[in-house]
Amino acid sequence: MQWETVIGLEVHLQLATQSKIFSGSATTFGAAANTQASAVDLAMPGMLPVLNEKAVRYGVLFGLGIGAEIGKRSVFDRKNYFYPDSPKGYQISQFSDPIVGTGSFDVQMEDGSTRTIGITRAHLEEDAGKSLHEDFHGQSGIDLNRAGTPLLEIVTEPDIRCAEEAVAYLKELHSLVTYLGISDGNMAEGSMRCDVNISLRPMGSDTLGTRAEIKNVNSFRFVEKAIRHEFNRQSDILNDGGTVVQETRLYDADRDETRSMRSKEVANDYRYFPEPDLLPVVIDDSYIEALREQLPELPRQKRQRFASEYQLSAYDAAILSSTREMADYYESVATTCGDPKVAANWVQVELLGRLNRAELDLEASPVSPEALSGLIKRILDNSISGKIAKTVFEAMWQGEGSADDIIEAKGLKQVSDSGELESMVDDIISTNTAQVEQYLAADDAKRKKLLGFFVGQIMKASKGQANPQMVNKILAQKLK
Amino acid sequence: MTIEQSEVEKIAELARIRISDNQVGEVTARITEILAMVDQLQEADTTSIEPMANPLGATQRLRADEVTEVNHREAFQSIAPAVENGLYLVPKVIE
Repeated sequence: MQWETVIGLEVHLQLATQSKIFSGSATTFGAAANTQASAVDLAMPGMLPVLNEKAVRYGVLFGLGIGAEIGKRSVFDRKNYFYPDSPKGYQISQFSDPIVGTGSFDVQMEDGSTRTIGITRAHLEEDAGKSLHEDFHGQSGIDLNRAGTPLLEIVTEPDIRCAEEAVAYLKELHSLVTYLGISDGNMAEGSMRCDVNISLRPMGSDTLGTRAEIKNVNSFRFVEKAIRHEFNRQSDILNDGGTVVQETRLYDADRDETRSMRSKEVANDYRYFPEPDLLPVVIDDSYIEALREQLPELPRQKRQRFASEYQLSAYDAAILSSTREMADYYESVATTCGDPKVAANWVQVELLGRLNRAELDLEASPVSPEALSGLIKRILDNSISGKIAKTVFEAMWQGEGSADDIIEAKGLKQVSDSGELESMVDDIISTNTAQVEQYLAADDAKRKKLLGFFVGQIMKASKGQANPQMVNKILAQKLK
Repeated sequence: MTIEQSEVEKIAELARIRISDNQVGEVTARITEILAMVDQLQEADTTSIEPMANPLGATQRLRADEVTEVNHREAFQSIAPAVENGLYLVPKVIE
């Protein structure tokens, strides 16, 4: 049987606020255990939640960013369950009336095609604390610093059909929320955590199969692997005539497998009811419109503009607009050096390649956009060849100064003086008589190849500084 | 509306409330009485009435995103049954 995979994703996005969603505690990552847990976060008797305006604002910004309905009257509810990292015995979340309603989201696939993923809703809620199960004499240790950190849970329709689409969606979402500035998007610190709902059905069917929910998958790569593993597991069961059990599973990255969580936790019966400590949140049109005006250029718009304004391929435009920092860097180089295509090439190949090797982020690049632009200008005005430029780039990376300083100090300026080049060509022709005879006897197709030999010799003799276009031209004239 | 004894037992478990075997019948009967009152309320015609979250018509006030709390860990942990390295210790919650 051919099976079709049906996937829906729930992303828990940590919002980049200074303080928690319902208390004035700091949200700084990595603080000493329980030093950012106030009486509200600890659920001390009599404590009441007070809603953070920025969490509401960020929720609305996200809704505007995906063109969704904004919940002008949204309501908080209690989701009841017992776990020691949630000291109230319930989580404050939104159930019936979320801050963001239905919307949709265009995702660009690697082949350049576009898929539209429906967004069911996005709602505000509080994060839980952390449980540590290492050896505390048979007990668990609880750190409540994270308890009460604002989250936006973003839920998709079951519109995703394969692991690649899931990853493309997550990358696009990551790009959007960092452009909007509503999250730092730091996956390693858990700022974007993903639950994957996955089921199979016979190809061509339009009813949904029984799904499994894989919890807390924390990197793009793990999402891809968890989906592949879960597809194999479920198709094995179905092909053997069995039935998939609806359950919550954990992805174990070390073993590359999913496994069932304890049945106790699967008994999902949260008995939601309206949170009596918080009134409905009412947002008026002027608040929404003021935020709409603040929306920055979003990844999709930037990608389209890069493609049309700078004549970039869909692929290049996608890479160069993947983060706001990258887009700003590229655009600065492109507009000051004067050739957006050469700029695209240099940013993607040399700069990103070098950053990768050094394991540095773009923000930490020792070569500024102005410096890179200065180097590209020297290529464009034929002062140096592309090959020499790579040497100059490495020197710039090492902090040896601007492109012009390095070209001057190392004497790398390209030889474009025709008299000087002609005498070099004459030298090579006179010392390689055998090859000259071979060349003159050859047909056009072979000549092209043989010409490469002479160019190579001249580049070698000039230590790479001869202007290759001019060398080609002079050679062709002299070897008639 | 009536409620089965098994439902009462399930809700009690979800809410972590222990109801002994000889009490569960009485609790079921009393909850059924409360539900009868809810049935009576259901008879009221509310078609033209907006749901109300608050008698004053108030909506949620928002606070500015500012850190106003300082670290009081020592005070909070002085009343905790067990702490270690700044963590609250609880019975093990994972097998």
